[in-house]
Amino acid sequence: MSMIKFIRLLGGYGVELFLFLGKMFIFLVDAIYYVFIPPFKFKNFLRQVRFFGNKSMIVVIFTGAFSGMVLALQGFYALNKFGAEALLGPAVALSLIRELGPVLCALMITGRAGSAITAEIGIMRITEQIDALTVMAVNPMKYVVVPNIIAGIVTFPLLTAIFDIVGIYGGYIVSIHALGLSEGTYFSQMELYVDFKDIRIGLYKSLSFGLLVTWICTFMGYYAGYGARGVSRATTNAVVLSSVIILLWDYMLGAFLL
Amino acid sequence: MIEIKNLYKSFGHQQVLKGVNLVINEGEVTAVIGRSGGGKSVLLKHIIRLLKPDSGSIIIKGEDITKLAGKKLDEIRSDIGVVFQGGALFDSMTVYDNVAFPLTEKTKLDKKEIHEKVKEALSDVGLQGMEYKYPAELSGGMRKRVALARALIGHPKIILFDEPTTGLDPILVRSIHKLIRDTQKQYEFTGLIISHEIPEIFEISDRVAMLHDGRIVEVGTPDEIQKSDNIVVKNFIMGIEGC
Repeated sequence: MSMIKFIRLLGGYGVELFLFLGKMFIFLVDAIYYVFIPPFKFKNFLRQVRFFGNKSMIVVIFTGAFSGMVLALQGFYALNKFGAEALLGPAVALSLIRELGPVLCALMITGRAGSAITAEIGIMRITEQIDALTVMAVNPMKYVVVPNIIAGIVTFPLLTAIFDIVGIYGGYIVSIHALGLSEGTYFSQMELYVDFKDIRIGLYKSLSFGLLVTWICTFMGYYAGYGARGVSRATTNAVVLSSVIILLWDYMLGAFLL
Repeated sequence: MIEIKNLYKSFGHQQVLKGVNLVINEGEVTAVIGRSGGGKSVLLKHIIRLLKPDSGSIIIKGEDITKLAGKKLDEIRSDIGVVFQGGALFDSMTVYDNVAFPLTEKTKLDKKEIHEKVKEALSDVGLQGMEYKYPAELSGGMRKRVALARALIGHPKIILFDEPTTGLDPILVRSIHKLIRDTQKQYEFTGLIISHEIPEIFEISDRVAMLHDGRIVEVGTPDEIQKSDNIVVKNFIMGIEGC
C-alpha cells in the first residue's frame, strides 16, 4: 500500500514537473515568436537595458573588483607552492573570463534585477494590469516579456565584460601592492596564456545566462499566484531557480566547450 | 449587441457558470447583480475573452468571440472598454500616460491630438489638473475615474464595469454611478455593470439581471426586478441570507 502511495506521489510530481516545463517552453517559444513580429517596443527595450545595465553597474563593479582581488590572493598562495607566481596574471584572467565573470555576474544581476522584474510583472498580474493590456489589444508578451528578454541578452555580456576587466585590475592591484609581483609579469604572461577562445567561451556563457535568467524571471512573474504571497513566492522561486540553472548550465556548457 | 448563449465554465471540480443566457441590448446599461463569488466577474471576463468557456457562445457584432483569436479578436476588443475592479492602472505611469495609453499604442494620432483627447476625457470624468499624478497618489474614487477615462478615450461601443464602486463610501458610490450614467448618455456606449450595490444600481440601469448559482434567474427593468416574486431575487435585494 505504502509502495503504491509512493509511486503515485512520484508520478504526481513527475506529471507536475512535466507540465511546468512544458508551460515554460511554450512561454519561451511565444516570446521568441513575438521578437520578430512588429511593432517593436524599442522604448521598452531601452528602458530595460537601462534597468539591467546601468543600474546593475555598481554591484557588478564592486563584486568584480573583490573577486579579482581574492583570486589574486588565493592564486598567489597556491602558485607560490610550485614557484609559479609569475603565472598569477593568467590564472586570475582565465578564472574570471572563462568561469567566475559570467557566473558571478549572472548571479548578481539575478539578485538585483531578475528578482525585481519578477516582482514587477507579478504585481502587474495580480492587479489586473496584464489583463488590462490584453483587453486593450496590446499583447502583454510583446509589451512586457520580450523587452526584458532582449535586454537580458544584450546587457549580460556587457556587464560580464566590465566584471572581467574590473576583476583583472583588482587582481593586479593586490598582486603589485600587496604581494610584490612586478607590473610587467602580471600582464605579459596574460597575453601569452589567454586566447580568444577563452573570451568566446565567456561570451557564450553570459549570452545564455542572459536568456535563461530573463526567461525564468519573466515566466515566474507572468504566472505569479494570487496576492502578495503569490508574488513573494514567485520572486523567491525565480531567484532560486535562476541561480541553480546558472550553475547547472555553466557546468554543462563548460564541459561541452572545453 | 451582446448575446450570451448557454455559457458553461468550471475551474477544476467547481462549476461556476452553469448555462448562462443573457442578451445585452445596444445603447442600454445592463447590470448583473448577485452574491459575491457567484461568478459575475467570471462572466465579464468571458465577454472580453480573458477566459474561454467550456461550452457556449458569446456573440458580439455577429461574431462568436469564443471562437476568435489573433487580429479578429483584437478588432472586437478595440470596440470594448473595461473598467476593472481595482482600476488596473499602470502604476509606473502618470494619469496622463495611463489615459493616453490606448491611443499611443493602438492609433497613429500625433501628440497634439492625443493631448487634446486626454484633456477631454479627464475633464469628462472631472479630473482636470491631475494629469501628472501617479495612481498611488490618488484616492480610490479618483482611480476609478481615471480607469473610466482610459476606457472612454477610444470611444468604444461597449464598456464593461467590474464592480466599479467596490470599496468606496456611499457618497462616492453615487458619484461614480452618476458619472457612468452621464458618460453613457454622452458617449452612447452599451454598458454592462457587474455590481452588488443594492439599491443604488437600479438608478443607473436600464435592465438588471440576477446571476445565481451559475445561471441568470431573472432579467427585467429595475422596477420589475424590485417587484419580482422570485424568492432568490427578493432575498438578495432585502439582504436576507439564503438567497
